[in-house]
Amino acid sequence: MDKDGMMNRLAEDVVTLSGAEMVIRALKDQGVAHIFGYPGGAVLPIYDALFAVEGLTHVLCRHEQGAVHAAEGYARSTGKPGVVLVTSGPGATNAVTGLTDALMDSIPLVVLTGQVATHLIGNDAFQECDTVGITRPCTKHNWLVKDVNDLSRVLHEAFQIATTGRPGPVVVDIPKDIQFKKGAYVGPESVSHRTYRPKTEPELGSIVRAIELMAAAERPVFYTGGGIINAGPEASRLLRELVRTTGFPITSTLMGLGAYPASDPQWLGMLGMHGTYEANLAMHDCDVMICLGARFDDRVTGKIDAFSPNSKKIHLDIDAAQINKNVRVDVPIVADAAKALKEMLHFWKTQRRKVNAPALKDWWKQIEEWRGKKSLSYRQSNSVIKPQYAIDRLYELTRDREVFITTEVGQHQMWAAQRFKFEGPNHWMTSGGLGTMGYGLPASIGVQVAHPDALVIDIAGEASVQMTMQEMSTAMQYGLPVKIFILNNQYMGMVRQWQQLLHGGRYSHSYSEALPDFVKMAEAFGCVGLRAEKPGELDDKIREMIDVKRPVLFDCRVDPKENCYPMIYSGAAHNEMVLSDAGDETPEVTEEGKMLV
Amino acid sequence: MNTIADKRTRRHTIAVLVDNEAGVLARVVGLFSGRGYNIESLTVAEVDATAHTSRITVVTSGTPDVIEQIEAQLRRLVPVHRVVNWTTDKPGVEREMALVKVAGQGDKRVEAMRISQVFRARVVDTTHTSFVFEITGGPDKVDNFIDLMRPLGLVDVSRTGVAAISRGPEAM
Repeated sequence: MDKDGMMNRLAEDVVTLSGAEMVIRALKDQGVAHIFGYPGGAVLPIYDALFAVEGLTHVLCRHEQGAVHAAEGYARSTGKPGVVLVTSGPGATNAVTGLTDALMDSIPLVVLTGQVATHLIGNDAFQECDTVGITRPCTKHNWLVKDVNDLSRVLHEAFQIATTGRPGPVVVDIPKDIQFKKGAYVGPESVSHRTYRPKTEPELGSIVRAIELMAAAERPVFYTGGGIINAGPEASRLLRELVRTTGFPITSTLMGLGAYPASDPQWLGMLGMHGTYEANLAMHDCDVMICLGARFDDRVTGKIDAFSPNSKKIHLDIDAAQINKNVRVDVPIVADAAKALKEMLHFWKTQRRKVNAPALKDWWKQIEEWRGKKSLSYRQSNSVIKPQYAIDRLYELTRDREVFITTEVGQHQMWAAQRFKFEGPNHWMTSGGLGTMGYGLPASIGVQVAHPDALVIDIAGEASVQMTMQEMSTAMQYGLPVKIFILNNQYMGMVRQWQQLLHGGRYSHSYSEALPDFVKMAEAFGCVGLRAEKPGELDDKIREMIDVKRPVLFDCRVDPKENCYPMIYSGAAHNEMVLSDAGDETPEVTEEGKMLV
Repeated sequence: MNTIADKRTRRHTIAVLVDNEAGVLARVVGLFSGRGYNIESLTVAEVDATAHTSRITVVTSGTPDVIEQIEAQLRRLVPVHRVVNWTTDKPGVEREMALVKVAGQGDKRVEAMRISQVFRARVVDTTHTSFVFEITGGPDKVDNFIDLMRPLGLVDVSRTGVAAISRGPEAM
């Protein structure tokens, strides 16, 4: 081929597009089907390019925080990255809570922000903010694109970094002039990052050491977390195989619920501050702890220097920075959970490992004794709806369907985590690390976008839900029949509980003296409003909620003074659980404990 | 407990090789401030213009647990190529340069000059009432020199922070 011919061929390979067109093209090349967003001056060119596009659905939210939480719900229920498009300035700053939430819970998000034109950056221009500066500590990585010829590469890198290794949110900040300029578009296949190489393959030496510890264990326990969910459905399947092969008990963090079926007899329930008695005691007394995809969070460990004092600890995590961060471990494994679990099973089988059956039998006997405490029990009432009862009925009346649960943050979240039985991964979406009130409603919208025919329920509190209530309008616009099931106790329940336990019953500003009429509010949005005030009417109302094919706000009036138990008080250890507020067993909270959140 | 944790705080010199892209220094510095780690000194410059790499040398202090976390958190940053701890990973040599201004007359001026010769400091500016010394050495040597100048009319100090490199033929 002569030189001219070569040039012609190269020219054909290079596609010239405007920056805005590149964004759309890159999203399509990355397989994106839905984006959540809110337009504004600095992203108008991208919205213009989106106008006539087919195969890419934009969901208009009512606030950028809602858009990011919706994308989180979408991501967590599908395993695919959530994509968000917002404008500069307030558009970007409103996204910060969602970005931080996604960073804490390792949720893959690609958030595109508009920015003022490059020549205006630093001029305090209208709707200008230092987006990369503000979002640097709340993203896995971020970019400001100042050359249109870098844009497609950066977008593809953004998807790679968000979705691989330990997943997380990324931000690509795109100035408005870059959206108009034309440049060369490259496809995803031609992009390879200079430095980013996440380690996913386990070292076999540490796998073998882990297997040895497990085979010799007398009182083992699996402690699993959100890392199993993030590693994909195969990791959950392998976890089930390993747990059943060994016969060991298993507990999980808030983030890990669903990776192991809650109906299985080896399941001990959730652990941690509001975990079950048997899960926390098993953690405290075990001799071998197998931590898979969890990070020894303070809500899990309780008092750190009294945490599981006599155990050897195996810790699998894809993020090397989690190893020895809060708790020193004996066998670290830095790898993708599915890959590591596969090797663990392989070596267990090929080395013909056997568990210490007599010791395990005694261990299970001990665990059954703890189970006998029935730490999730509560006093039922005929006159007032107990929040625990409401969750139990919601579970029973929906268990024959595919149901996705999101939550807000507080007592209702803990009751949902304790009582709703999850059988598979990706069906439980809750704000674990950041504890973001207002997460659940928009998250349920994202879940429903991804699963139009499923039953999607936000188990909410009346305080949290008011933080992002405006997204009911989004649900109406797109015909998303989400069910917002509000446990309305008129208090910020968890705040009230802590004020009762730690601050002498001085309920400073935790009671909402004026609440909206949620039924009328639902009607104002065009949704369906339902209310239940007595235990006897609950079942019928829940059935009505399920049967309505429209968004529902369900005002479930519950006992305002109910506390969430069991509980490990701040600064206490796993074996110092409080099972109820019935009388003398309520301990004094230490001065040190009061300092903790 | 699994191990008796070593709670002793020690000074560490850590080199971070990064892609020379916008904001990379802010990522490193933000990591230290955001997670409550201390920076005692910081030295940054591009070291390879064709490869677009910069080298950041951080002197920090902490218990072994804290230092392990600092290194792991640094490795997590996307534009980071390599992280090496010259205090624990492999032996390195480190040097720092300082410009030290001393003002005074009479015996104190003579004594400042005499001490500067002991430390092999160079005089890079002089007036009838002042010297500016350039001193190079490990941070301890620079500290000592500054301490000795204090009673002799020390008025100003500017330090570069530490540059460090491994002993022997290998690169970082």
